[in-house]
Amino acid sequence: MPKQGRRQSTGAMELPVPVADHGLLDRRAFLTGAIHVAGLVAVGSHAGDLVATAQAAESMTLETPPWMQGPGQPFRGYGQPAKYEEEVKRTFFQPYKDIAPGSGASMTPLHQLQGTITPNGLHFERHHSGVPDIDPAQHALLIHGLVRRPLHFSVEALLRYPTISRICFVECSGNSFFNVAAEPPQKSCGAIHGLVSCSEWTGVSLAVVLEEAGVDPQGKWLVAEGADAAAMNRSIPLVKALDDAMIALYQNGERLRPEQGYPMRLLLPGWEGNTSIKWLRRLTITEGPVYSREETSKYTDLMPDGKARQFTFPMAVKSVITHPSAGMRMQGKGLYEVSGLAWSGAGRVTKVEVSADGGKSWAEAALQAPILPLALTRFRLPWNWDGSPVLLQSRATDEKGNVQTTREQWTAQYSAGNVYHYNAMQTWSVSPAGEIKNVYL
Amino acid sequence: MCTCKWLSAVVLMTAVICVVGTACAGPNLGRDVTPEEMVTWEITIPPDGSGLPPGGGTATEGGTVYNAKCASCHGANGTGGPADPLVGGIGTLVSQKPVKTIGSYWPYATTLFDYIRRAMPYDRPRSLSNDDVYAVSAYLLSLNGIIDQKARMDAHTLPQVHMPNREGFVSYWP
Repeated sequence: MPKQGRRQSTGAMELPVPVADHGLLDRRAFLTGAIHVAGLVAVGSHAGDLVATAQAAESMTLETPPWMQGPGQPFRGYGQPAKYEEEVKRTFFQPYKDIAPGSGASMTPLHQLQGTITPNGLHFERHHSGVPDIDPAQHALLIHGLVRRPLHFSVEALLRYPTISRICFVECSGNSFFNVAAEPPQKSCGAIHGLVSCSEWTGVSLAVVLEEAGVDPQGKWLVAEGADAAAMNRSIPLVKALDDAMIALYQNGERLRPEQGYPMRLLLPGWEGNTSIKWLRRLTITEGPVYSREETSKYTDLMPDGKARQFTFPMAVKSVITHPSAGMRMQGKGLYEVSGLAWSGAGRVTKVEVSADGGKSWAEAALQAPILPLALTRFRLPWNWDGSPVLLQSRATDEKGNVQTTREQWTAQYSAGNVYHYNAMQTWSVSPAGEIKNVYL
Repeated sequence: MCTCKWLSAVVLMTAVICVVGTACAGPNLGRDVTPEEMVTWEITIPPDGSGLPPGGGTATEGGTVYNAKCASCHGANGTGGPADPLVGGIGTLVSQKPVKTIGSYWPYATTLFDYIRRAMPYDRPRSLSNDDVYAVSAYLLSLNGIIDQKARMDAHTLPQVHMPNREGFVSYWP
């Protein structure tokens, strides 16, 4: 592997020597001024888009633009994205089509976003029977079962409780399931991996209300149930409920959106999204799990011997390169920023490595602070693409020492048709023409 | 002035204890649950069958309900419809496309009653009578060859049904 520190000439620009094959540079290169940022090339979603935009902007610079020749729009009560950004939206997965259009999922367009916080309107959705229209004045939360005093909370009452906030990801345990298919699907990064999102959630510590109800020593689990038409329910170990569970009322500062569980949802940081029951209406303290339909016939992970893992709650360590990714096109040789997201249900991400040669050599990426436990972490790495074919991968490690697996390692753990808890490394191939595709290694 | 400072200190101390300690008392704004509310809200049926309501039904009765309310999505005999298949799939669990049905995958018969009452039919959940739910459960168990067509499912018999994939799960929670 080449040493750091020396420089090589690439025509007009002086660049540091790569730290891994195919032009991956030191993660600090941008910060130390080793690279002139002006040399950075952005990738476009459509071939030629960025070039055309740049040319149009060039010809406009000598004239006063129309938006400077008259006043703009007045105020509006609730802001909306720029109309030029309307292509930034979720993609849908509706397996039952017209007979149950509200049953399925919508995916966050990870490849169209930056940073780590998901805008509320773009948070992924997973509904089992559509989004209920709940009048908060008629909604309540019941806590009962093995408790000293069963309690009924109105929404108004819970809004008066002391609040806590935390930034964390929610990931559906079926995230990335398209990559289980025998042939790699040619979809965007978001359409494949977008069943993960990250928000600042604010609400009431579940431990506080459980304390008020007085949990019986025999109580070891609780069953959370939603007020949707599926009355979706899951059994959850009490240990988690008392550790860091929240009754979330706010998302990124505003009250929950209906599709995220308005007026309240359970939030179990780091655990498979299905357990963070939306439209929360009931918590029953029990001795053991109730083996609901979702934790038997659905969210269980088939192994090679035909048996299935059950109650596999924490989401594994994982990462994906969002820029560049499938469907984008490279704009010629030169300097790019490789960027992506990493997360783990076991705690903080401690390291993300990037490879451009399919895992033979690796360069450590820079992690954007703050690096929070159970939250999405943004990684970045400068890359001088020489126009040769490459295989881009990222590999995350968490604070417990868990390392993201290869697809081969992941596949060996499960039956061929298992679609849950997929955390294998994603490989994007880049052709000399700049085309980016999903490939398996 | 002095008292005021002392009070502030107490308030601050309480706040600190509340943040650090695990037994953080809330403002106690929940009210008692009435017995009627408890009966209305409780719909969960665990494997031991506790909470199963009175009533019952047979596969023959269930077939009539199924054809009227379920077949359009789940197919004439529990398969071939646009929604999840409910019958068959034995031997497919290790294939690229496992067919997870009541017969091939579900470990407990009680979950059938729980889920049908809770969430089905998709367009009108909670519209079936308890007898209908028992009968449809019996019909689906019978279609899968798990119980006899004449067997009546009720609060006593349903929890005793042994499902083919009962031993098919390994708990990963200690």
